[in-house]
Amino acid sequence: MIELENIAYNYGGGELLSEISLKLAPGSFHFLTGPSGAGKTTFLKLCYGALAPTAGSARLFGQDVRDMDRDGHALARRRIGVVHQDCQFLDHLPLADNVALPLTVSGRDSHEQVTNLEELLSWVGLGHRASALPPELSGGERQRAALARAVIMSPEVVLADEPTGNVDWEMSQRLLQLLVELNRMGKTILIATHDLNLIRAAKHHVQARVLRISNRKLQLAGADL
Amino acid sequence: MKLIKTISSLIVGDVQADRVVPPTGFTARLTLFAAATMAFLTVFALALSLASGRLAQRWGDELAQSATLRISAPAEQLDAQTEAALSVLQSTPGVASARALGDDEQRALLAPWFGPDLPVDSLPIPQLIEILETDDGFDPAGLRLRLQAEVPGAVLDDHTRWRAPLERAAGRLRLLGWVAILLIGATTGVMITLAAQAALAANAQVVAVLRLIGARDAYIVRAFVRRFTLRALSGAAIGTVLGAGAMMLLPAAQEEGGFLTGLGFVGTGWLLLLLIPFLTAIVAYAATGAAARRTLSELA
Repeated sequence: MIELENIAYNYGGGELLSEISLKLAPGSFHFLTGPSGAGKTTFLKLCYGALAPTAGSARLFGQDVRDMDRDGHALARRRIGVVHQDCQFLDHLPLADNVALPLTVSGRDSHEQVTNLEELLSWVGLGHRASALPPELSGGERQRAALARAVIMSPEVVLADEPTGNVDWEMSQRLLQLLVELNRMGKTILIATHDLNLIRAAKHHVQARVLRISNRKLQLAGADL
Repeated sequence: MKLIKTISSLIVGDVQADRVVPPTGFTARLTLFAAATMAFLTVFALALSLASGRLAQRWGDELAQSATLRISAPAEQLDAQTEAALSVLQSTPGVASARALGDDEQRALLAPWFGPDLPVDSLPIPQLIEILETDDGFDPAGLRLRLQAEVPGAVLDDHTRWRAPLERAAGRLRLLGWVAILLIGATTGVMITLAAQAALAANAQVVAVLRLIGARDAYIVRAFVRRFTLRALSGAAIGTVLGAGAMMLLPAAQEEGGFLTGLGFVGTGWLLLLLIPFLTAIVAYAATGAAARRTLSELA
């Protein structure tokens, strides 16, 4: 699925990540934590091929990212749902069209599109906001919309970068619940967050591995959480 | 088959894909304006080229296979010398026919300079004889020698001296018209390329989002290319219609008007105007596609 083998990543002349190996097993649930600037976002980008490691190998679904052309990257991203912290949308399109965008660009059947979309918007509690434009949405609504867009293609893996960064505690619990539900459907989840309370809360619902980036290395955390 | 598929996908399009690119903006107006202006200029360059072609053809047709004999002699000898010259011409191999121009014809020739009421009979005007040649033509040097001996006041003008530079000038003017059309096409391509690059740069977030969700570059390129091609087609259609309207407002060709009033389209020449929007669309399609692919590989 996603395999990182002894990778390193240099940024701005220095080594940001070093000697990192990770294999995301199907159906697993991971948290990635670490201080601000530790490289969590960079790590996620390495996981979905937006960045290539400067050393070591990163394989997506068995293929090394360095051997993939841009079409290959596009096809891999259809199998990996990504939720970014800043939740980028196409501001001129209504929410429903934004969420359906992955289906549109992959040329999926329109009937399937409508059915999936309605169910999905209801699932994230945005059925009533389908025609709203992204700038009209609140932070929590944007995060839920980003999550809906990330999963509409039924990807095998969902990567979320600080998905609760801009929302209150109640909304972060709601988002966590959605991610846990996805995991129960068999999806592999990796969440980068600095919110330890979120990780502690998740432990009541799901068996999660907690990884920490510290001093450029990836470590298994847990005992102190 | 692939070409037909490409054209039909450009015309029919993909409603969803079309909406991916924000619909308005500076680049949309720039493309429309540039295409309209360039098409307008193309109409004039095309008119210039076609008019020059017609002119070269007319000069060639009218002056080839013909010559003029001018007889300058005292009034009392003029008729006799004219008779003698006609007699020489009739016996010259390569001359199909020869006839002396009447007063009315000579007056018509001089009218552009002296007006229509010129009293030809009271002026010492030389007598002109029009000579039409056979396909083989006559030997001008031999004819000149014979005329020198038998008609001392005759001067043979076989037109080659001034026909060749005129035809050459008309040919160059026509070439200039085509070069202008090529330059206009290239400029259109450059302007649309710049507009497409500006649009892609302004829509970097759109490109980032599309890539994040798994859009192939071909999809992104198609969305931009279709938008720009249709804009260029519309702009060029508007420019062509305006250019054609302006051509219609030019004065009609007249006998005394010469070259400039003949600038315009004749008969099926108007149909060539239909090509301008389509050629502009082809230029836009190629330019936007290349710009989009280059920009996307730089953004990768």
